[in-house]
Amino acid sequence: MNKEKINKYSYWKANLKIVSILLSIWFISSFGAGIIFSDFLDKIKIGGFELGFWFAQQGSIIIFVLLIVIYCFLMNRLDKKFEVSED
Amino acid sequence: MDVQLLTYIIVGAAFALYIAIALWSRASSTGEFYVAGGGVHPIANGMATAADWMSAASFISMAGIISFMGRDGSVYLMGWTGGYVLLALLLAPYLRKFGKFTVPDFIGDRYYSNTARLVAVICLIFISFTYIAGQMRGVGIVFSRFLEVDINTGVIIGMAIVFIYAVLGGMKGITYTQVAQYCVLIFAYMVPAIFISILMTGNPIPQLGFGSKLLTEDIYLLDKLNLVLNDIGFNSYTDFNKSKIDIFCITAALMIGTAGLPHVIVRFFTVPRVKDARTSAGWALLFIAILYLTAPAVSSFARLNFVNTVDNTAYADTPNWFKNWEDIGLISWTDKNKDGIIQYRSGNALEKNKPQFTSERGQYNQRLVINNPTSNANEIYIDRDIMVLANPEIAKLPNWVIALVAAGALAAALSTAAGLLLVISSAVSHDLMKKTIKPSITEKQELLLARISAATAIIIAGIFGIYPPAFVAQVVAFAFGLAAASIFPALVMGIFSKRMNQYGAICGMLSGLTFTASYIVFFKFISPEYNNQEYWFLGISPEGIGVIGMVINFLIAIIISSITKPPPIEVYKIVDIIRMPGGK
Repeated sequence: MNKEKINKYSYWKANLKIVSILLSIWFISSFGAGIIFSDFLDKIKIGGFELGFWFAQQGSIIIFVLLIVIYCFLMNRLDKKFEVSED
Repeated sequence: MDVQLLTYIIVGAAFALYIAIALWSRASSTGEFYVAGGGVHPIANGMATAADWMSAASFISMAGIISFMGRDGSVYLMGWTGGYVLLALLLAPYLRKFGKFTVPDFIGDRYYSNTARLVAVICLIFISFTYIAGQMRGVGIVFSRFLEVDINTGVIIGMAIVFIYAVLGGMKGITYTQVAQYCVLIFAYMVPAIFISILMTGNPIPQLGFGSKLLTEDIYLLDKLNLVLNDIGFNSYTDFNKSKIDIFCITAALMIGTAGLPHVIVRFFTVPRVKDARTSAGWALLFIAILYLTAPAVSSFARLNFVNTVDNTAYADTPNWFKNWEDIGLISWTDKNKDGIIQYRSGNALEKNKPQFTSERGQYNQRLVINNPTSNANEIYIDRDIMVLANPEIAKLPNWVIALVAAGALAAALSTAAGLLLVISSAVSHDLMKKTIKPSITEKQELLLARISAATAIIIAGIFGIYPPAFVAQVVAFAFGLAAASIFPALVMGIFSKRMNQYGAICGMLSGLTFTASYIVFFKFISPEYNNQEYWFLGISPEGIGVIGMVINFLIAIIISSITKPPPIEVYKIVDIIRMPGGK
């Protein structure tokens, strides 16, 4: 394999790794904390919020925003490392 | 000043602003008409995407629905935001790199097939019209309540405004008006929320307010709400009522559907670079999250206020807003126990739920209905759509806030309608005419055609608004379910699997579509009497069935493509190119 091909392959692999880690967090914070484990989390109370309820109506959305911010940061770094960035 | 005059001034000023922007940003090429020339700043695109996305349903209906569904309403909060993570991570950057005009463009080129393009066009047109019908109803409600013109006049005014900026400006005009509309709608949403939060809990941040204690009593707001509701026979606000599998599937269907909605995807074609597509998705979700994090707070405030104001109050003593909404027909009171006092309890107050009013008035001057009362003690019918609009009045906020909310609701409905109209017009002029039926047309003719189809789509949308199909509410599930079961899998596989070929993709889309559509049609239209958990497949309601449709789509596509011949070498090259931001 020539250098360009190896580069392409490892860039894509690194990309998939970032995407799968972030999507796992996406799943755990919404479907996990907000729905599947919500009964358990509801036993913990912070202020007036049951924790499972808070995740379903607030926490998951905040985490979604953070996930995209982190994704942008990691991908920009990856683009620079593999010299595929558009600047 | 009275509400009416203030509303005219604020709404009029907002409309003048939109038209000025439209005149300033006219489109002169198909590139500008379809994707604003691909030169929109990521933050501006983020705001435009947010306005595009947050429709009359988000602005007007969502907080009201959550108010009455309590915890089950979380499906909308997570479902309509979580999809942006999928969009940012799985679709937006790659589709931007692909760099064409429309979603069917990608499907047609990637699957080297005009059949695939056509299937995508059909899904897209169906999804978009479903959605637009809802927007026009929203415009009608706002006009009839706040501007006191009849609904038809209101819809025609709304159509005329959208016509000016969508037909003249195309995507370019729409994008910059949407930026203005976002500012109007978010301001209009936040101001009453902050006011009410301060009045009830003393905390100016609504997101914290609904987890705080009430000013009047030493008890947390949500605990108080649970107590009050339990007292009058409702379940606790913070408990699930639906089964967990159903909650899970509805949330997933809404998330995946969001990521598959063409008018949202196409927004990421308007930014200059792949990097901007990612950033822009982040900004979009941030701008959306501001409203979505506030909505559940508004819901709990509104429910508590509503119960406190209405229950156990003599009809003669009810505030003005109650009677105004009753006049429009979105609230009704049936004095079952003949005491002249309103009893608000759980259960439907009337047979067939929705009131059918007679022209007569009762003993207390309340409007009478022909429906038979049910046997329970509840005397109140309330349409959930009015909660956000009535909220400032319920909380006795100043008149300018009420006027502002009307302007915000109109901004939300018009911005979404415009985005959808553009997707429909580009599907007709670009995907259907230029790419399929008559490739020989010049760019000038294509642009004219795009304008004509946008104008036609506006007229059809207006007709939906004036003669609203009774099934609007039911078909919303359709739009998301179909997007999840048809477009989303085709796009994801097109990017993440090189081996996926046209046969797999087409069979996948059609089977996902057929399964989802027949399930929804069966339970919503053919046999609504079976529409309950007992008969649902795995206990999944029609709202959530899109997820199963998506799984079917993926499975069929993978099986069919593995036994048919692989795609041509050019397709492998396309996929390689879209996976890398820079270079060829």
